[in-house]
Amino acid sequence: MSKSSGKIISITGNMIGVKLEGHIIQNEVGYVLLGEKRLKSEVIKIEGDTGYLQVFEYTKGIKVGDIVEFSGKMLSVELGPGLLAQIYDGLQNPLPELAEKFGFFLPIGIELKAISYKKKWEFIPIAKKGDHVTAGSVLGSVDEGIFKHKIMVPFHLKEKYIVNEIALRNDYTIDHVVAKIKDKKDETINVSMVFEWPVKVPIEAYKEKLSPKDILVTKARVIDTLFPVAKGGTYCIPGPFGAGKTVLQQLTSRYADVDIVIIAACGERAGEVVETLREFPHIKDPKTGKTLMERTIIICNTSSMPVAARESSVYTAATLGEYYRQMGLNVLLLADSTSRWAQAMREISGRLEEIPGEEAYPAYLESRIAQFYERAGVVKLHDGEVGSLTIGGTVSPAGGNFEEPVTQSTLKVVGAFHGLSRDRANARKFPSIDPLESWSKYKSIAEENLVTFAKMILTKGDQVRQMMKVVGEEGTSLEDFVVYLKGEFFDGVYIQQNGFDPVDASTNEERQKYVFSKIVNEILKKQFSFEDKDKARHFFYNLRHAFIDWNYKAWDTDAAKKQEEKLNEIIKGNSE
Amino acid sequence: MRKVCTRILSIVGNVLTVRAEGVKYEELAEISSSMGKSLAQVIRLDKDKVFLQAFQGSRGISTGDEVTFLGHPMRVGFSSNLLGRIFNGSGVPRDNGPALSENMIEIAGPAVNPAKRIIPSRMIRTNIPMIDVFNSLVESQKLPIFSVSGEPYNELLARIALQAEVDMIILGGIGLKYDQYMYFKNTLEEGGALSRSIFFVHTAADPIVESLMVPDMCLSVAEKFALSGKRVLVLLTDMTNFADALKEIAITMEQVPSNRGYPGDLYSQLASRYEKAVDFEDAGSITTLAVTTMPGDDVTHPVPDNTGYITEGQFYLRHGRIEPFGSLSRLKQLVNKDTREDHRSIMDGTLQLYAQFKETEEKKAMGFKMSNWDEKLLKYGKLFEDNMMDLKVNIPLEKALDKGWKMLADCFTPEETNFRTELIENFWPK
Repeated sequence: MSKSSGKIISITGNMIGVKLEGHIIQNEVGYVLLGEKRLKSEVIKIEGDTGYLQVFEYTKGIKVGDIVEFSGKMLSVELGPGLLAQIYDGLQNPLPELAEKFGFFLPIGIELKAISYKKKWEFIPIAKKGDHVTAGSVLGSVDEGIFKHKIMVPFHLKEKYIVNEIALRNDYTIDHVVAKIKDKKDETINVSMVFEWPVKVPIEAYKEKLSPKDILVTKARVIDTLFPVAKGGTYCIPGPFGAGKTVLQQLTSRYADVDIVIIAACGERAGEVVETLREFPHIKDPKTGKTLMERTIIICNTSSMPVAARESSVYTAATLGEYYRQMGLNVLLLADSTSRWAQAMREISGRLEEIPGEEAYPAYLESRIAQFYERAGVVKLHDGEVGSLTIGGTVSPAGGNFEEPVTQSTLKVVGAFHGLSRDRANARKFPSIDPLESWSKYKSIAEENLVTFAKMILTKGDQVRQMMKVVGEEGTSLEDFVVYLKGEFFDGVYIQQNGFDPVDASTNEERQKYVFSKIVNEILKKQFSFEDKDKARHFFYNLRHAFIDWNYKAWDTDAAKKQEEKLNEIIKGNSE
Repeated sequence: MRKVCTRILSIVGNVLTVRAEGVKYEELAEISSSMGKSLAQVIRLDKDKVFLQAFQGSRGISTGDEVTFLGHPMRVGFSSNLLGRIFNGSGVPRDNGPALSENMIEIAGPAVNPAKRIIPSRMIRTNIPMIDVFNSLVESQKLPIFSVSGEPYNELLARIALQAEVDMIILGGIGLKYDQYMYFKNTLEEGGALSRSIFFVHTAADPIVESLMVPDMCLSVAEKFALSGKRVLVLLTDMTNFADALKEIAITMEQVPSNRGYPGDLYSQLASRYEKAVDFEDAGSITTLAVTTMPGDDVTHPVPDNTGYITEGQFYLRHGRIEPFGSLSRLKQLVNKDTREDHRSIMDGTLQLYAQFKETEEKKAMGFKMSNWDEKLLKYGKLFEDNMMDLKVNIPLEKALDKGWKMLADCFTPEETNFRTELIENFWPK
C-alpha cells in the first residue's frame, strides 16, 4: 500500500485536522513535518476527506498548511530481547538514551530505536527443520539476564508454517534472520529476533486462557491474607490523594513474588518514577541475587509529558507484559494511575466534540477499561508452559469519592478491590487499605475460616467503636469493649505494616501463615477476663507493643524467637 | 516579515477571531487599539480563522483595530538584572525600571526528562515545627498550601520565604490583592530578601486572562536560574485564580466542561506547571510552594483535588495553624532518616496520640464521662497544640523533637506510647 499524506487545516490543543490525499487507516501513525522535526501522531477519527489526529507532542509552532506524512502502520512497539531494565516513555523511546543525547529536557519530534540493534545475543535454536509452527511457536532462545528469552514466530503470522531453515547456535544481532519458514503457498518468510506489534491489539498467540488460581504473594500482610490477588488476576487500588497508593505500588513492585514487573507510570509525578529508576539498579532481588532492575521495565509518561502519549502508555505496558507472558513467565503490570489515562481519553474525546457521558468522560470509558483489564490472565502456551499477566491499577477518584465513573467502571471488571481510606491515612495507619470496604474474589494464603473470623472481629470492633461514639465508654459493656480492643489490636499489629522498615516492609508467606493463625487462635478467639476496661486496655497495649517489636525482628532468628516467648508470657499472664 | 490584520471578525469574551494565514499555534500577536497596545495568543486555528486570547481583555477593542502577529510565542527576558525587579502578568515592569528586551527565552518549554532527575535529598529547614518535624520541606518539592480566604496564607508564605535556606525567590502573584502585594514587597524588603527576589505580580484589578502567563513566566525564569546552579524557591499565590482563568477561556471557547465548569485538561494544565519543580544533577533546583484557596473549604473542589494528586503533599492552613491531619510532605521520608534517629518515631507517635486526643475531645463535647486515659489525652492534646502547632513557635528541629519527648513524659508512661523499646531507653526523659 502506498503511503498517504495530507495538509493540516485546523489545530486545537493537541488535536489536528488533516485534509487527506489517499487512504488512511484508523489508528494509523502520522508525522507532522515541522522543519527537521517529525511530530508523531495517531489517527483517531476520519470524516469524509478529513482525518483527526492526536499529536503525541506539544503542538506549539504548527501552522495550518503544514504537511502530515502517514506511515501505513498502527501505533506499535518493538518486541525482542533487550527490553528488560529499560526505561521508556509512553511510545517506547528509551529515556536514558534521550537524556544522553539531548540533556535535561525532552526533545520534540525525535524517535529512537527501543532496543539495541548492535548488541549481539547468543541464539540457541530449538525448532528443527520440518517442524510445524504458527504465531507464538518457539524457534529458539537467548539468555536475557536471568531469563530464557524465547524467540518466537511473530504473532501476526497466524497461518500454519513449516520451518525451512534455522540458524546455528551463534551470536547475532536482533535483526539477523534466524529462521526461514514456509507458508502453504510455499512462500518463504524470514524471521529475525525482533518484530512489531500494534499496542491496542491483545496478543493471543497461545493455546488457551485459564482461570487464575495461584496466589501472587505481594508480602503485604493485609493483601495476601485478607484481600489476596491471584497470578493472572486483576485488582485496583482506588484512593484519595495522600492515602499511599504509590507507596503501596512501589512496595509491591519490590517484593511481589513474580518474574517480571512492568511499571506504567501514567500521568503521575516524575519524582515517584525517579525513586524507582535510581534505586532499583542498586537493590538486590533476594530470589535471583541480581538487581531488581533486571526484572523490571518502566514505562514512564509523567504528568508533564504530552497527554496523548499518556493514553497509549498503558497499552504499551500491557503489550510488553503479554510478550513476556508468552515466554512462560509470571508478569505483574502496575499501572499508576488509570484515572490519568481515563482523563487523557476525556481530553481527546472533548476535542473530538463527542457527546460527553458522566463527568464529561466519553461513553466508551467503561468498555475501554474492561478491555484493558481483560488483557490480564493465565495462559497455556503452545509448548505446554504456563505464563501469567497480572494487572494492578491505581485509581485516583476526584475528591476521593468512589462513586465516580472511573472507579465504578473498574470495580465491575477487577477481581480484587483494595480501597484506600483517607481517615486511615490521616491516622498514619499504613497501608491504608480499608479492611471493611475492600474485597477479593481470590483465595487467601491463610485458612478461610480464620480469615472469616478475623474479618468478623474487625467488623464487630468497628461497630462497637461507632457505638461508643454515641453512648461513651462507660455505656459500653466490658465484653464489647474487649471485642473493640481485639479489632484495634489486629489492625495495629497485622494489617498495619511499616513500609520503611527493612524487616517489616515484607512478610513472607510462611511468616504470614504462622503469625496470622497465632493471632486468630491465641488472641482473637480467646476469652480473656479483665477486672475493668483500664486493665483490658493496658493488657492489649502491652501485647501490641510486644507484637510490634516482634514484627521488626527478622524471621527465624533468635531475637524473633525470644520476642515470641515474651509475648507468649503476656498472653499467659491473663489466663492465670 | 510581520503579518498584519485590520479586521477582527468576532469578539466573544476575551477571545478575538481574525482571518490570517501562516500563523503558528501559540504564536503571539499585538493588538493596537484606542486603549493602547496589548498582547494576545493564538489558542486555536481553523483553516484561515485564527482565535486569539487577549491578555488585557477585549474591552475597548474595535473590529477595525490592527492585529500584528509577532512570529514567536510568549517570551520573557532572563538575566541577573532581573533580581530585585517587579513585573506584571505580561512581563511589563511595575517598578519603573527598564523593560525586558535582552536574552529573551520562550516560556513553557519542554518537560524535564525523568531519567535526568535525581532523588531529592536536602531538607529545607523553616523552623516551623509543623513543617520541620511532621512534614519536612525538601528541595525540589512542590507543595500547595490549602486554605480558605481570610487565613494568613500569604503571611505564612512570606515567613517561609524569609527563613528558608535558598539562593533566590520568585514570587508569582495571581489575582493578588494590592495590599497583599505591598505586604510581600515590604516584608521581603525589611527582611533584606528583596534583592534576591523577582516578582511577577498580577493583581486582582488586572484583566483575569493576563494571570494565565504568571506561573509559566516565573517557572521559566526559575528554570534558567536553576540550570545556572541557583537553588530557587518559587512562591505562587493563588493558583485557584489561575484555574478560574483557565475555566473562563475554556467556556468562551465552548469546550465541554468536565467538573463544575472546569475544562477536562485542568489536571494536565496544573501538572505541567507544578512538574517544573526539579533538582538538576550538577546544577540548582526549583522548589515550589503554591497557595490554593479552597472555595467553601471543600477539598474535593476540582482545583484543590487535582492539585493534591499532582503535588508532593500539601499543607492545610486552618484557624491560623498548619493542620496535622491531612497535611503531608511525601518527600519527608527522604530526609527525615538522616536528621535524628527519633525523628520519624516522634513524628508518627505524637500524632497518633493527638488523633486519639481529638476523639476524646469529641466525646467530652458530647458530655461523656472521662476515663483516666481520657484525662491523660486531654492534657497531652493541649500541650501538643501549644508546643507544636502554634505558628508563633519558631525553633529548630532538634529542639522541637526534645519538646516532643518532654510532652510525652509529662502525660504518659512509656508503654502507653507505642514506641520501640530502644528509643524509649535513649530518649525518654528521666
